Amino acid sequence: MNRARPESIFPALEPLLGRVKKPVQYVGGEVNSVVQDWDTARVHWCLAYPDAYEVGQPNQGLAILYELLNERDGILAERTYAVWPDLAALLRDHHLPQFSLESHYPVRAFDLLGVSLSTELGYTNLLELLDLAGIPLHSADRTDADPLVIVGGHVATNPEPIADFIDAAVLGDGEQAVLDLSALVGDWLDAGKPGGRDGILTTLAQTGRVYVPQFYDVTYAADGAIAAVCPTVPEAPARVQKYVLTNLDAWPYPRRPLVPVAETVHERYSVEIFRGCTRGCRFCQAGMITRPVRERSLAAIGAMVDDGLEATGLEEVGLLSLSSADHTEIREIAHGLADRYAGTNVSLSLPSTRVDAFNVDLANELARNGRRSGLTFAPEGGSERMRRVINKNVDEADLLATVETAFAAGWRQVKLYFMCGLPTEQDEDVLAIADLACRVIETGRRVTGSRDVGCTISIGGFVPKPHTPFQWAAQAPAEVVDRRERALKDLVRSNRRYGRAIGVRYHDGKPGLIEGLLARGDRRVGRVIEAVWRDGGRFDGWSEFFDFDRWVRACAAELGPLGVGLDWYTVRERDWAEVLPWDHLDVGVDRDWLWDDWLEARGQVTVPDCRWAGCADCGVCDGLGVDIEIGPSGRPLVPVTLRRKLGVAHV
Amino acid sequence: MSRQPPVQQPPPVQKLWVRYAKRGVGRFASHRDFARAFERALRRAHVPMAYSSGFNPHPRISWANPAPTGAESESEYVEIGLAEAVEPGELAAALGAAFPPGFAVVAVGPAGPSLMADLEASEWEVTLGAAGAVDLADAVARFLAADEALVTRETKNGPRTFDARAAVVTLEAAPPGLHAVLRHTVPLVRPDDLVTALAQFGVTPPDAPLTQRLAQGRLIGTQVLDPLV
Repeated sequence: MNRARPESIFPALEPLLGRVKKPVQYVGGEVNSVVQDWDTARVHWCLAYPDAYEVGQPNQGLAILYELLNERDGILAERTYAVWPDLAALLRDHHLPQFSLESHYPVRAFDLLGVSLSTELGYTNLLELLDLAGIPLHSADRTDADPLVIVGGHVATNPEPIADFIDAAVLGDGEQAVLDLSALVGDWLDAGKPGGRDGILTTLAQTGRVYVPQFYDVTYAADGAIAAVCPTVPEAPARVQKYVLTNLDAWPYPRRPLVPVAETVHERYSVEIFRGCTRGCRFCQAGMITRPVRERSLAAIGAMVDDGLEATGLEEVGLLSLSSADHTEIREIAHGLADRYAGTNVSLSLPSTRVDAFNVDLANELARNGRRSGLTFAPEGGSERMRRVINKNVDEADLLATVETAFAAGWRQVKLYFMCGLPTEQDEDVLAIADLACRVIETGRRVTGSRDVGCTISIGGFVPKPHTPFQWAAQAPAEVVDRRERALKDLVRSNRRYGRAIGVRYHDGKPGLIEGLLARGDRRVGRVIEAVWRDGGRFDGWSEFFDFDRWVRACAAELGPLGVGLDWYTVRERDWAEVLPWDHLDVGVDRDWLWDDWLEARGQVTVPDCRWAGCADCGVCDGLGVDIEIGPSGRPLVPVTLRRKLGVAHV
Repeated sequence: MSRQPPVQQPPPVQKLWVRYAKRGVGRFASHRDFARAFERALRRAHVPMAYSSGFNPHPRISWANPAPTGAESESEYVEIGLAEAVEPGELAAALGAAFPPGFAVVAVGPAGPSLMADLEASEWEVTLGAAGAVDLADAVARFLAADEALVTRETKNGPRTFDARAAVVTLEAAPPGLHAVLRHTVPLVRPDDLVTALAQFGVTPPDAPLTQRLAQGRLIGTQVLDPLV
């Protein structure tokens, strides 16, 4: 039995909107948004992104699922984002709930609440969203009147810290997953909800690819570590597998992304040119959990760009992936699109930070008509030793040759990304960055014959993540990260010859420590999240809201009595035998392969990319029954047909 | 390799004035929000815009006196420069179809010499509801009798105090609240400034009074004339 059509809260909301900041973010109605009749759908999704509209709206994952779901018969999908504290207070004062943007329906009226999680620091916003929606915070307290709360996204590969607050988590690619969920939940609804919530959750668990935390019992040993994670019902698998999408050409989403009226952080039409990455950077969770590499073909990318620009009126195209320059047809993509849009105001961007001359060639091609302002490269580690540890296989000669090519081609600014607090790191590994930056400026001045060259060093604290070789590593204490970053800045500043041409940007190390707690936490950390939220914690990803001391207090109060604490979760190294909170969640990469990679990291042994150097036996392809899907496809870029133009007057 | 100078763009071959309305949810968009949405709508409608020269060419769009965020308007104007001449009626239909909800094209016509010069005054309606009903007519009469009425408004550069009286051409208490013709002065007196000023004469202002611009244009006596007519 499907739910009755809810009532829009807009008439009650509208008078409040004149009293909040940026009210346009709450009105919906964006170009390409989809408003469906509630009664013609058998499954009603509310897709949520637990951050502000300006951050959540451009999210590619949510955009894909939104379009995909709304295209299917019988499925309706609307969206909701975190409301700012000013509107949250007004909603509570006026007893109004969290609402969807399309029809302003109460979020609690939907069958499914699908939450996309990209950052651990969004957890308090998830609780705020549930509470504003009137959905009980704990899964155990929910009834048939509540939606199923299902999370996905990279962060959902360790949902243990939020296990009490969610009904289920999906690992891996969302496209097929949301269709499977829609079918199963739709059948359950049509059948009159047999077995109630437990009934449908059992059905979902039985698929082997949906994780239902309540069907697993976690026990702890005397030392505080997990003793065991055991399924409590026969339908729940011992290990939950991830979804892997193949043949991306058959899933060309988003085709018609929303065009917001409100200002957002990214205003471009983005095409994911491939998914997955096997460069094997040991710090990179995305590269480990999204394997194997699956490319879209040149022809499919070309068609998506043409349709996407036409449907949105946007002028900027982003060619996204984890390492875009690695696409087997990237030369044809860059050249073909640059040719196609020559003489128009369409601009192309390739967020690639690969350190080599080919990457500079691509950037030259894409900036053919425009200004050559800045190029970004990511050596990630300051010293040769550090780069071997993290498997970022770039030596100093490569970097200098690359910047030489860039400066010679007319670029004037080089931005270099690094991390601080990496495993085995010593002070001198970070200080080596200063020397590298000086060599960059020296090269730039020599090549250009001008002092008008600059280098910006951007350095961030490293946070060890689940499902990576560094999942066992001790996170560097915030004081160590802060001290090394400050010392680097001082060293750069003290250089009279090059210091003024080098900018150093770094961030406070404290948010990284909390991110680390939430990333590698277990179910006990859920109490900390709830305590922080109850104490007013919101928008922890925003420096103006983040309150480190509040987290520290909550850790002491909630974890202290259990014999663990913030340090135990973050700066402590784990050993092979320890049961990690996410060991029962299988993203495909073999645990022993990760452990070997962790040992090789400490031995400074590098691992080549399996796309060009043969299989490294990470376990993904065999375990998931999939294969690398790369080109070249041999199919050319199809020329675009001339679009209908507005009639020209004869005057 | 030396940096090439940007290509010089030809001047527009046709300039048009677009009168548009913002209604309903459109009033919650800021001017900057709408300006971005407008550019995208022009592209979706395939309007052959002329572009400025330089490294970052921009479509030739000149805004004039946009209504503040939160206000509705039947009478907003913008000038666009085109690279090819088009039939204004056809442009109006295509652009209107591409506008986001809450915005509508009212009319499109050939541009005059200066849009800003043609926008001398605006006619506004302010909905006050029950809050201002008591003795509104009396407060208006006393306001009109005053030589000046100083109000303070938060601006980007901090609080600013100015006279709200001198800009008032006509002001009447009429359902649903106030009806006013305001001359465009510097600083610009907005209808919410009038409400603030009337508070000094005993009117209790509602939290966010609904304001609507009915007309904008040249001021002939106390009449506001549409520049496209």
